[in-house]
Amino acid sequence: MTAASTAPASTTPGGMLLPWADADGAPFWEYAGRHELRMQGCSACGRLRFPPRPCCPHCHSFDGEWTLMSGRGRIWSYVFPHPPLLPAYARLAPYNAVVVELAEDPRLRLVGNVVAIADGPLNGVPADRFRIGAPVRVCFHDMAEGVTVPRWLLEDR
Amino acid sequence: MPVKDVCAIKDVCAIAGIGQTRFSRSLDEPEKALACRAVLAALDDAGIDPSEVDAFASYTMEETDEVEVAKAIGAGDVTFFSKVGYGGGGSCATVAHLVAAVATGQASVGVAWRSRKRGSGIRPWTSTAVQLPTPAQWTRPFGLLRPADEIGMLARRYMHEYGATRDHLFNVALACRNRANQNPDAMMYERPLTREMYMTARWICEPLCLFDNCLETDGALACVVVPAERARDCRHKPVYIHCVAQGLPAQHHGMVNYWNDDPLTGPAWTAARHLWKNADFGPQEVDVAQIYDAFTPLIPLSLEGYGFCGRGEGAAFTEGGALEIGGRLPINTGGGGLSEAYVHGFNLITEGVKQLRGTSTAQVPDAATCLVTAGEGVPTSALLLRS
Repeated sequence: MTAASTAPASTTPGGMLLPWADADGAPFWEYAGRHELRMQGCSACGRLRFPPRPCCPHCHSFDGEWTLMSGRGRIWSYVFPHPPLLPAYARLAPYNAVVVELAEDPRLRLVGNVVAIADGPLNGVPADRFRIGAPVRVCFHDMAEGVTVPRWLLEDR
Repeated sequence: MPVKDVCAIKDVCAIAGIGQTRFSRSLDEPEKALACRAVLAALDDAGIDPSEVDAFASYTMEETDEVEVAKAIGAGDVTFFSKVGYGGGGSCATVAHLVAAVATGQASVGVAWRSRKRGSGIRPWTSTAVQLPTPAQWTRPFGLLRPADEIGMLARRYMHEYGATRDHLFNVALACRNRANQNPDAMMYERPLTREMYMTARWICEPLCLFDNCLETDGALACVVVPAERARDCRHKPVYIHCVAQGLPAQHHGMVNYWNDDPLTGPAWTAARHLWKNADFGPQEVDVAQIYDAFTPLIPLSLEGYGFCGRGEGAAFTEGGALEIGGRLPINTGGGGLSEAYVHGFNLITEGVKQLRGTSTAQVPDAATCLVTAGEGVPTSALLLRS
């Protein structure tokens, strides 16, 4: 673990896993705390990259910036985990986990959950509403004091 | 000094001995004892005294250090030791590292091994106190907890893009189970599988059901790598290590890879390019394959990656009994990770050796070439073996 990995707790009191940021990922989570979806980009060549890393794989610049995303995307894939799972997740199973490709660049993909409302449970949207390619938009859920994760709402069609 | 031929290791080394413990959901002995038993069995199989071992290779996830194995078995001076990362992606690489050491004169008798009590021990994904390093922060908080969840995501996408169905995944599970039913050492020896059982099985992670997942096994295996000329003086017919490769594709992200241009084009493609560039034969001349099968979808992906069929054709390849004995490409002839034992793929290496010795419990007639692969989707490795 890096020096930035000093999270006081690894789970919520209910047992849900909290993101454990490393130095490269910390800004993502800080912006999420402000309910902003921002992705790391290169200040020199302008290309976005994910997961975050110290330098640009294209031009090798170490100068980065965090670019605000529209929060729009599409479901790239999805699963419904069933037990055996960690107890907090088993209680919700089957719940959904999705990979969302962002509108700005479909190669930028985020793992997340589709929910009916931002603070709703991970099993709140019926399975038959999931399909690859479905449009989604971001929302934010405060998991714990100072810990916020992006989540996804199905776009009305 | 001129650059040496990239094929300088071709057929220079051979696997002279293999060893294994019993496979079970629960074995009494600790992992260290099981490791020593497997290593000693492999050396005995080769007819080589443990004092001659001077090289060791294993996985970074292996809990028993080479120091412990070396002093327990009575090895002499050890001049090469290596560990390979990325879980089951490192299986074939342990042998590859020994080949590199032996072929370059850094050592003369190498042992690779894996000992694991994954059946009775802990499931690694249940740890909440210490999260796995990057990219866990991008996956685990969202309930993508287990390898089955991570691969399930790729499986769903693969089924969507290329028209693969659960019947294709069943073909994989069935071929492995049928071979296990021929192998008295397999955990599923007396447990036949039917399509009805598969289609009505409980989900683990939709779209993957129970039978799409490998077994939870206690057990250990090992093999002995020596120069080819030495192997010819050993107890069994030598099995030559024709080519080896590791594979870490550009922009790949480790144990979970959703972030390069095409996450369905995994490390198998990278390892395969290197293997076939150096081999004297191609995929069409592979008689039998041992393909890493922690999860059934890894088989169609690997069939494509290693060039047995084209992009998107891996699922259709499994039709018509292609993976069974007598089919286009018999696979996992001991039962594989799905039905013999899951010990991070090491039983696929030893089964490859058995096929080329002609001693498999599901022998492919006159098998002379065998591909063995490591975990697909993670930084991987592969071996081409020949008799």
